[in-house]
Amino acid sequence: MIENIDRTTLWIVILGLGIGSFGLRFVFTGLVGDREMPEWLLRHLRYTAVAILPALVAPQVIWPAATNGQPDLPRISAAAAALAIGVMTKNVLLAIISGAITLYTLLWLLG
Amino acid sequence: MAITTTKSAFRKGLKDAAPFVLVIIPFSSLFGILATEAGLSVFETLAFSVVVIAGAAQFTALQLMQEHAPTAIVLASALAVNLRMAMYSASLTPYIGAAPLWQRALAAYMTVDQSYVCAMAQYEKEPQMTIPQRMAYFFGCVTPVVPMWYLFTLIGALLGAQIPQSWALDFALPITFLAMIAPMFRTPAHVIAAVVATGAGLLTAGVPYSMGLIIAGLAGMLAGARAELWLDRRAAKQSEGTA
Repeated sequence: MIENIDRTTLWIVILGLGIGSFGLRFVFTGLVGDREMPEWLLRHLRYTAVAILPALVAPQVIWPAATNGQPDLPRISAAAAALAIGVMTKNVLLAIISGAITLYTLLWLLG
Repeated sequence: MAITTTKSAFRKGLKDAAPFVLVIIPFSSLFGILATEAGLSVFETLAFSVVVIAGAAQFTALQLMQEHAPTAIVLASALAVNLRMAMYSASLTPYIGAAPLWQRALAAYMTVDQSYVCAMAQYEKEPQMTIPQRMAYFFGCVTPVVPMWYLFTLIGALLGAQIPQSWALDFALPITFLAMIAPMFRTPAHVIAAVVATGAGLLTAGVPYSMGLIIAGLAGMLAGARAELWLDRRAAKQSEGTA
């Protein structure tokens, strides 16, 4: 725990991060706009969501921070349930509910 | 329910993104709590969330500032964590690139994991949507997400109280993301992209500053694009064979 973060540093970080994050978010939608993008690039971009989000989630599922990185059966099962129900039904809300029920049931059973 | 007007597009976005409230509330409260514990005032904490709106990057910056890392390192690391936003921006461009500049700028400010995945899933499902409908849908998606991000940062900062860990709210995020992407597996190429990205994500989890995520994401995108080409060629060959 720090006694204090320097105020100038803090505001440089807040504003710098704000401007930088906006830049990252705007770089293509803003600068490319409605110009045609090459087919090879579009072909890769089609897979952005299905690649980045599983890669973001996978380590959190296998090594959850809440258990200090120890693999945890309720969390792994809940992720599997949400994914399986989502794939089978294509119903997002039902998938979330299935994951939550699996998580809480197993947490309670294994208490 | 097919979208017929911009108003119905906005409403559908609002409805589809509503479950994300469950993710945003614990995540933003936690930032409020940790930031005030680190010595930030309530105003500074709220300003951080309003200016940046990026959970993981904000946590990274806060952590490094507490360790008194040089300012340039704090900025570079937190921006690296946010690098995926550039990939989101690129993949949104074919769908909303023709919208007015001010709308694209506003959408860029509000591009977060939740609004991105929500909007992409809809754009892929209904490719015939008009540009105004797509923008209305996007702003519908951010409406339950972004104001809640501000509000619960503030509440976390004001209360400073811990959410009991036994609620396991940490896991709201993985579950909602998995639930959102599951319906997007429309072709074998999508499945291959996800499987490769997952494997690469686990292998690169130790790479610092979340760069592993970018490597894994690129690996998945390459795999998906390769698989698509290969499947297209095979389909072409088969139709030649039967003709």
